[in-house]
Amino acid sequence: MSDLFAARTQMALSLGFHIVFAEIGIAMPLMMVLAEWTWRRTGDDVYLRLAKRWAKGSAILFAVGAVSGTVLSFELGLLWPRFMQFAGPIIGLPFSLEGFAFFTEAIFLGIYLYGWDRISPRAHLTAGLLVAASGAASAVFVVMVNAWMNTPTGVSMSGGRVVRIDPIAGMLNPSSFPQGLHMLLAAYAATGLAVAGIHAAILLRKPDARFHRRALVLALVVGVPAAILQPISGDVAARAVAIWQPVKLAALEGQFDTERGAPLRVGGWPDAGAARTRFAIEIPRGLSLLAFHDPDAEVRGLTAFARENWPPVRPVHVAFQIMVGLGTIMAVVSLWAVVVAARKRDLATQRWLLRALAVVTPFGFIATEAGWTVTEVGRQPWTVQGILRTADAVTPMPGLVVPMLTFALLYLGLGAIVVALILGMVRETM
Amino acid sequence: MSGFFASIGLAEVVAGIMVLALNAYVLMGGADYGGGLWDLLAGGPRRDQQRELITRSIAPIWEANHVWLIVVVVMLFTAFPVAFSTLGIILHIPITLMLIGIVLRGSAFVFRSYGSRAASPRRRWGIAFAGASGVTPVLLGMIVGAIASGDVATAASRIGAASFRQVFISPWLAPFPIAVGLLALALFAYLAAIYLALEAKDDALREDFRRRALASAGAVAVVAAVALFVSRTAAPRVTFGLVSARWSWVLHLCTATTAVTAFVALLRRNYRLARLAAAAQASLILWGWAVSQFPFIIPMTLSIRQASAPEVTLVLLLVGLAGGALILIPSLRYLLRTFAGRAAETRAEGGAEEEDGGPPTR
Repeated sequence: MSDLFAARTQMALSLGFHIVFAEIGIAMPLMMVLAEWTWRRTGDDVYLRLAKRWAKGSAILFAVGAVSGTVLSFELGLLWPRFMQFAGPIIGLPFSLEGFAFFTEAIFLGIYLYGWDRISPRAHLTAGLLVAASGAASAVFVVMVNAWMNTPTGVSMSGGRVVRIDPIAGMLNPSSFPQGLHMLLAAYAATGLAVAGIHAAILLRKPDARFHRRALVLALVVGVPAAILQPISGDVAARAVAIWQPVKLAALEGQFDTERGAPLRVGGWPDAGAARTRFAIEIPRGLSLLAFHDPDAEVRGLTAFARENWPPVRPVHVAFQIMVGLGTIMAVVSLWAVVVAARKRDLATQRWLLRALAVVTPFGFIATEAGWTVTEVGRQPWTVQGILRTADAVTPMPGLVVPMLTFALLYLGLGAIVVALILGMVRETM
Repeated sequence: MSGFFASIGLAEVVAGIMVLALNAYVLMGGADYGGGLWDLLAGGPRRDQQRELITRSIAPIWEANHVWLIVVVVMLFTAFPVAFSTLGIILHIPITLMLIGIVLRGSAFVFRSYGSRAASPRRRWGIAFAGASGVTPVLLGMIVGAIASGDVATAASRIGAASFRQVFISPWLAPFPIAVGLLALALFAYLAAIYLALEAKDDALREDFRRRALASAGAVAVVAAVALFVSRTAAPRVTFGLVSARWSWVLHLCTATTAVTAFVALLRRNYRLARLAAAAQASLILWGWAVSQFPFIIPMTLSIRQASAPEVTLVLLLVGLAGGALILIPSLRYLLRTFAGRAAETRAEGGAEEEDGGPPTR
C-alpha cells in the first residue's frame, strides 16, 4: 500500500467515524431539549425520563465525537502538512469559529447533564438550547472549510505561489451555503429517523409502551421535516456542483460524453476504460433538467476534461446512487408519517409504517457516509480543487500504513463498544 | 528589555495568546489528567471515596477543559502554518500516540460513567481511563521538550537526507524531552491533588490528597532539576534563556516564591492559597519555556515572524478570538460557579447512579 493511499484511507476512516457522532451530537440535543420542554409544559413524567435518556445518550456520543474530532484537527497536520501550510491562514477563520462553537457546546452540555437540580428550570432549558444551537453552528463552520476545498475562493495565485488571501471571501465560497444546509438537514434527518426507527421497532413488539410512543413522536418531529426538505437541499447542492465542479458532476452522474439533453442515470456501473456507464436506467433529459433546470442544457462529460483530472468514477457514481436512493426512501417514509399524522391516526398503531421506520433506521447514516464519499472522492485528484493535488499535500513521513491500521483498530473497537452501550441502554427501556 | 518590547508585533501577540490558551489547558485540562493519575494510584482505606471524588470533580468540566487544546492547535495552524506543518511531519509519532491517549482517556471515562453498572467492566474502563491519563501528559511534555531542544528544526532540514530514526524518532525520544514529559506529569498530578484537596468535603479524604500534593510537589522539584540539568547539553537554548538571560533571575525568583508559597500553604492547610500559588508556579514554568525560546517558534531556525500567516489572517483571528472570548468567559465562569466546590454532591442525572433505571411506566 502506498503512503498516499494509506494517508487517504486513514483520513477517510477518521472522517467516516467522526461524522456519525458529529451528526448525533447536532440532532440529539435538540431532541432532549424538546423532551424537557414538553415535560415542563405538560407535566407528563414520561417526557422527563425521555429527556434524561437522550441526554445520557448525547453524553456518550458527544464525548466520542469530541475526541475523534480532536484527532481530526491534528491529522490535518500529521497527514497533510503541505495542505495546511498552504490553507491554514485561509481556512483558519471558520476553524476558529468552530472551536468557539464547540467550546460553548461542551460548557453547556456539562451544565445540562449535571445541573438538573442546581439551576432554575428556565436556565436548564436554555443551556440545552445553547448545546443544540452551538452544535449546529459548529457543523456549519466546519463544513465551510470543506466547501472551500471544493470551491476555493479568496486566494490569488501567481506562478504557483500565493500572492494575496482573503479569508472572509474564502469562508463565503459558493459551496458553503449548499453544503452547510445539506449537512445540517442530514444530521437531523439521519438522527431523528434512526431514533424513531429504534422506538418503532420496540413498539412493534410492545404497542402500548407509553415511553416509546412519546419517543417516536418527538424523534419524528426532528427527523421528518429534515428528511422531506433534504431532496430540495440536495438539488441546490448538485446545481452548485454542476456550475463549479463540472468534473465531479460528470463523475457522480456517470456522464462520459458531453451532450445536450443529458439523461439522468439511475443505478449503473461506470467503466472508465470504455468511457461509458452500463446497466443504468436512463431518464431522458433528466440530468440536464435537474442540474441546470433546462431539459436542453449542455452537460459536460468526463471526456471533456484531461484524464489525469478525473476522480475515481465508479465509487463516486455508486456512492451518489446510494445517497440519493436512501435519501429518497427516507423522504417517502417521512411523507407517509405526515399523512398518517394529518389524518389524526395514532402513529404507534400503524404497523406497516412502524416496520418501514424500523427498516429505515440506519439509512441516514449510510447516506451520510455515501454523501461524503461523493464530496471527497469526487474532488480527487485534488485536495484543494484546481490548486493543490492530494499527492502533493501528503506528509513525507514513510510507513503511514502503521498509523492507518492503528486508527482502524482503535475506531473499530470504539465503534463496537458504543454500539453495545447504546443497545444496552435501549434494552433497559424495554 | 527594550529590545524585547521593540520586537513585539502582531505575530508575537498572537503567539502570546496561544501560550495563554496552552496555559489554560495546563491549569484546567492538565489537572483532569492528574486526576486520572490519582485514580490509578488510589489506595488506602478511602480508595473508593478518592475515586468517586475524582470522577465527580472531572465529569462536568473535562470536555470544556479539553477544548483549550483544540484552540491551541487551531491558532497554531491558522497563524503559524509552517510551524504546524513542521511539527506534524517531525513529531508525527508522539502526536499520534498522544491522540490515542486522548481518545482512550475520554472514551473510557464516559464509558465508565454511563456504561454498565457492573463492577468488572467499570473497573476495566477505570484502568483504561487512568492509564491513558498517565501516559498522555508525558507525551504532551515530550512534544514540548522536543520543540525546545531545537532538534525538531534540525530534523526538518534533514528530511530525505538522514535515516528514519534520525528524522522521526531521535528528536523526541531523547533524555530532555522525556524529562519534560515527566515534569508535565508531575505538575498535572500536583495541580490535581491540590484541587481535589480543596474539593473534598471529608477531612480524612482531604488529608489523603494533601499528602499526595506534598509528595508531588517534591516530584515536581526533582524532575524540574533533572530537566534543567539535562537541558545544559540537550537544549542549550533553553538553558541559555533560563539561566543566562538578564531577565531570567526575575523569573526564577517568582517561580521559586510561588513554589515555596504553595508548599508552605499546603503544610498549613491553606488550600485556596496553595491552589493559587501552584497554578502560578505551573504557569511560570510554561512561560519560562516560551520566553526562553523567544523569538523562535521552532528553535533555532523558525522565528515567530517567519512562520507567521499574512497580516489579514492575524487581524481576523484576533477579532475572532475577542468575539469568542466575549461568549466564552461568562460561559466558563457560569460553568465553574455552578459546580465549584460542590463536587461531593455532583451527580449526573441519567448517569451512573441514575434512579429511574427501572421498568418504564406503561
